Amino acid sequence: MPYDDEALSPCVTRRALLAGGAVGVATVSTPVLAFEAESKATAPSPPTVDVSLSVNGHRHQLRLDPRVTLLDALREHLALTGTKKGCDHGQCGACTVIVEGRRINSCLTLAVMHDGEAVTTIEGLGTPDKLHPMQAAFVKHDGFQCGYCTPGQICSSVAMLGEIEKGIPSHVTPDLDHVVFSDAEVRERMSGNICRCAAYPNIVAAIREVHGGAE
Amino acid sequence: MRAFTYERVRTPQEAAQAVARTPGARFIAGGTNLLDLMKLGIERPTHLVDVNRLGLDTIEATAEGGLRIGAMVRNADLAAHARVRRDYAVLTRALVAGASAQLRNKATTGGNLLQRSRCPYFYDTSKPCNKRQPGSGCAAIGGFSRNLAILGVSDKCISQHPSDMAVAMRLLDAKVETMMPDGTTRAIAIANFHTLPGETPHIENVLKAGEFITAVSLPKPLGGKHFYRKVRDRASYAFATVSVAMVKGPGVQRFAFGGIGTKPWRVEAAERLSGADAIAEAVLAGAQSTQQNRFKLALTRRTLAAVLTEA
Repeated sequence: MPYDDEALSPCVTRRALLAGGAVGVATVSTPVLAFEAESKATAPSPPTVDVSLSVNGHRHQLRLDPRVTLLDALREHLALTGTKKGCDHGQCGACTVIVEGRRINSCLTLAVMHDGEAVTTIEGLGTPDKLHPMQAAFVKHDGFQCGYCTPGQICSSVAMLGEIEKGIPSHVTPDLDHVVFSDAEVRERMSGNICRCAAYPNIVAAIREVHGGAE
Repeated sequence: MRAFTYERVRTPQEAAQAVARTPGARFIAGGTNLLDLMKLGIERPTHLVDVNRLGLDTIEATAEGGLRIGAMVRNADLAAHARVRRDYAVLTRALVAGASAQLRNKATTGGNLLQRSRCPYFYDTSKPCNKRQPGSGCAAIGGFSRNLAILGVSDKCISQHPSDMAVAMRLLDAKVETMMPDGTTRAIAIANFHTLPGETPHIENVLKAGEFITAVSLPKPLGGKHFYRKVRDRASYAFATVSVAMVKGPGVQRFAFGGIGTKPWRVEAAERLSGADAIAEAVLAGAQSTQQNRFKLALTRRTLAAVLTEA
């Protein structure tokens, strides 16, 4: 059975350097904490699991260590490095992707838990030649400085507008049955995406424009 | 992260059996708390039983006029459900006050009840913590305790219960429905579900080995106006310092509190009183604060007063 992650040369190169295979990748993606050091040398790898993911419309068959998070599967196995690893603990939102239509932190879920599911990453929203409207608006409004949080911000904001559209209430919604777009709603709903450069006013402006609100 | 094996099961009983027969096994649902703790080496399961595809993801009306919420219903879906918004708004308000939108899309109803401590010393593996390592001591007492509990504490643990959802569930007198490995079921009143730390802070609820949460049921609606006021260190995406859930209307007055107790806190006797001072005095009876979290006594009273003013 061919595994198409094997065919991706950037991964193979890195993996070869790291003594190969899923174990090598897991080592890269796992912070080596002091108390783990002794067990690392002897602990055998668990049996691998077969995972099928549809990412940005393309189907992939992967054979993974069950420890591999969805984030690491995307970055280290599928070479989709647009999705960023920030805190790796669900606090910063840099890893936000859209799974089965919903935004989630890809760092806090295992790839194997999403077997058979559809994932949209920043690479699937637009291309350099044909930007997604949210990508174009972030460029136009300077919705970033360093850009590290941007893929997560954009995936999050695209899904967030869908949540407002569906009438899903937030902490700042005065009437739970009437969800209305506002800057306050955007700020609250985007609180799971941290921007260390504090581009927040411009991010809100970009989202406002895509929503179709007044400048 | 330490190595583990992974298994997906097809029925709630299979889930319960899989965890019961495998030493070190844990259920994984949303995974937003468990995986975080596994990365830090605080949780070290040897086997994960994935319970995401058991179909426990629906919300149904009960014959008694209440709601039965499947254990795998995501926090976002529970908050947005039309009947929850209409009849149990305190639950919607509590849910949307917690975590971020991304986490609420993943976190489940059952998992939320089982989320573990957010005490900084539970997370810091270089420090003693009786929850993490029974008998090692408590670094929080005498340490950085500003956001920790003042009610239900012991000299072994002062960790506050972190859930917003569970505070609303406590107010609503929810029942936690479970299945044992042998297929028998029981319903546990939310008041009895979480345990006080006492001498055994590592035990946080009354679930037995392998016992699996299948649903949380709500009795018929209380009526009245619903409020959830959460005071925290930033405007969004932070755990409560103090939170007050309130339902108030003709013939009904209930309060439950978050951020101050080692479990979701409710004092039924206080609900017959009136005025923030009297109610707060009854709720806070027996409080034990540290120098750093003493302010929670006044903050609880003031937050309660603010919510009462809104009603």
